[in-house]
Amino acid sequence: MPQWIRACATDDIDEEDLIRFDHAGQTYAIYHSPDGKFFATAGKCTHEDVHLCDGLVMGHLIECPKHNGQFDYRTGEAKRAPVCVNLKTFPVKVEGDDVFIEVA
Amino acid sequence: MTKRDYSLLGPDGARAVETGLAAAEWYHTEVPRKVMKDLMQRSDSPAIRDTIILYGCMIGFAAGGIALWGTWWCVPFWLAYGVLYGSASDSRWHECGHGTAFKTAWMNNAVYEIASFMIMRNSATWRWSHARHHTDTYIVGRDPEIAIMRPPAFAKLVAAFFGIPDVLAFFPRMIANALSGPTADERTFVPQSEWAKVQRVAIIYTAIYAATIGLAFSMQSILPLMVIGLPRMYGAWHHIMTGLLQHGGLADNVIDHRLNSRTVYMNPVSRFIYWNMNYHVEHHMFPMVPYHALPRLHDTIKHDLPAPNRSIAEAFREMWPALRRQLSYEDYFLERALPASAKPYRTDFHKAALGDAIPAE
Ligand code: FES
Repeated sequence: MPQWIRACATDDIDEEDLIRFDHAGQTYAIYHSPDGKFFATAGKCTHEDVHLCDGLVMGHLIECPKHNGQFDYRTGEAKRAPVCVNLKTFPVKVEGDDVFIEVA
Repeated sequence: MTKRDYSLLGPDGARAVETGLAAAEWYHTEVPRKVMKDLMQRSDSPAIRDTIILYGCMIGFAAGGIALWGTWWCVPFWLAYGVLYGSASDSRWHECGHGTAFKTAWMNNAVYEIASFMIMRNSATWRWSHARHHTDTYIVGRDPEIAIMRPPAFAKLVAAFFGIPDVLAFFPRMIANALSGPTADERTFVPQSEWAKVQRVAIIYTAIYAATIGLAFSMQSILPLMVIGLPRMYGAWHHIMTGLLQHGGLADNVIDHRLNSRTVYMNPVSRFIYWNMNYHVEHHMFPMVPYHALPRLHDTIKHDLPAPNRSIAEAFREMWPALRRQLSYEDYFLERALPASAKPYRTDFHKAALGDAIPAE
């Protein structure tokens, strides 16, 4: 049953950056894009078991800290080797100063 | 004493997977997120400047070598051209493979493809082998890029300064790749979706070498091969000299880069050729930091690292006796002292992994 979970406050994440959010045994990455929007993806790279939260956000790309694979965090699309498998994305909404993500 | 099996399909690799040594979480020095974000920032300008200098010098030196061909005056031109072709291409391949040299993706890709050709590495295969080198740095049976296996084969190391083992390995592999895609061991780390690309790249390389050799025959001269191909041999010495220092004589089967990698202060010319990879512990710990920011990263984390070697010569003086000792005792390795400000080495995992290995006093 999908439900909306509060992940963080809007000012917890700098623009063009991300944070890690753990909930119910799952790990997520929450992004603040340069145009002020928020997005959420699975928290770990699809190449190896590595948290994306230590990576670098450049525009709408997240670069993995281990082998520099890149994803478009808006769509989860794998953009640069060695990642080949897309990243799972989750719906996000902002209410007041809070960021919510919809998880299953 | 344990006998190491470096095959990617052998028992050591299987054991590393079983014990969790493969794909483990490695030690990292703590760096505040804001500082790290600043260090990771990409920029085109340093790499554009360096690439113009590199290719400009290569064109100039090759032109000088061709113009003076047949006289002894051509020798210094070819020596200089060779180092840029056969050694600077290694660091360009490396940094552009990480995608950190330039901010703009196509620039990284273009320099990566040119450098891969010059250094004789299939650009599609080696992207993946290097990813494995970062996941499992010097884990026996997992890392396909271990430069000095134990016991060290000294004759092979000396031959490597002239590119001999690499070139001998490259051509049969290129032909095999061109005929039937990646080999069995390459298929352990190259995803199937890339196999066709491996074959395509090998076909292009084969065509370029065939055309160069054809031209040399038609001119009845090795001059075309002095420009393409041979500089990978007569100019290889610098990348071997610097490359051996990266991990030579240090620990294997550990998950703390301070134990298996070496940072060496180098002269500015070597740093240009090597694109700052002399900061090797730093690079392995934080591969997202571009080459031009590695000196700053070094200043940020050096309190947590063993003291760097002061020069290439000093680093060889440290490494060479350790390699010689590994001839009779394979498990020997150098364990450098950490400064008082550093966190201790991660030894929990290593005790089990290293068995009865005895580090240097
Ligand atoms: S673990 Fe993310 S690119 Fe390899």
